[in-house]
Amino acid sequence: MKLGVVVFPGSCDERDAHEAIGRAEGATATFLWHGDPDLAGVDAVVIPGGFSYGDYLRVGAIARFSPLMEAVRGFAAEGGLVLGICNGFQVLCEAGLLPGALLTNESLKFVCRQVDLLVERADTPFTRELAPGRRLSVPVKHTTGCYYAPPALLDELEAKGQVLLRYAPGQNPNGSLRDIAGVASEKGNVFGLMPHPEHATDPLTGSIDGLGIFGSMVAHCREAAHLTTAA
Amino acid sequence: MRVRVLVRPKEGILDPQGQAVERALPALGYENVRNVHVGRLIELDVDGDGDVTERVGEMCERLLANPLIESYEIVELDG
Repeated sequence: MKLGVVVFPGSCDERDAHEAIGRAEGATATFLWHGDPDLAGVDAVVIPGGFSYGDYLRVGAIARFSPLMEAVRGFAAEGGLVLGICNGFQVLCEAGLLPGALLTNESLKFVCRQVDLLVERADTPFTRELAPGRRLSVPVKHTTGCYYAPPALLDELEAKGQVLLRYAPGQNPNGSLRDIAGVASEKGNVFGLMPHPEHATDPLTGSIDGLGIFGSMVAHCREAAHLTTAA
Repeated sequence: MRVRVLVRPKEGILDPQGQAVERALPALGYENVRNVHVGRLIELDVDGDGDVTERVGEMCERLLANPLIESYEIVELDG
């Protein structure tokens, strides 16, 4: 399986994302430049963290107009897996591929620390290798990570099971409504989260809990490819 | 046509910038200040025919503001 890591001017976590994918069994990673017209045949897409296009105007607002994002939009419409981490999450919200928006942290401060997450659902392409209720220790590092959606939309997301990860009680680092750390699209093939699973893939940095997200994506792609071949 | 767009956090949306400014003012001796909100000002020259406000409104919906979290006001200036 080949996963593509999107690189915008201003991305800064693409190397760790590339490395994290490479640690999933049977997976390789490739970089996709924001100006490229297509996805070079990758099986899934990861939009990494950083400060795409300087985050001018609003975080993630300009990146969605890049040529590659058109391809990502088409890929997602056909059911392809798209993961957005931190700035990638912000870009996907601005692009309308995920519901809601990210606001400035309640504290107004940049936060950089390890937080515990709770797995809400373990039956999705992004979490299938995890267990429901499992605690994950993963770092956050952002200033604009307060997840917001109007109350009616929040109710809808909860009812449809689109909240995949929450900050553990007392660990919400940014004021996100209902402690939401990661949400999926209605169809479930696009997922965004503020914490950084790609920074939690080596015991050297204190946690390997992020590996499960990439492992889940690769397992899902492998199964999908197998089904296609069998058909 | 010179156009000014004022973008504000929507009513009811958490505005920590506004809150921070509101908390800072009494420190300078300015008491009795309420409801401080911090937004963004965008000015642009728009050429061509047609309804400028309508065109700029479209720009706001698609890029200049995020309608989920921000409201906007369009002011046509002279010239």
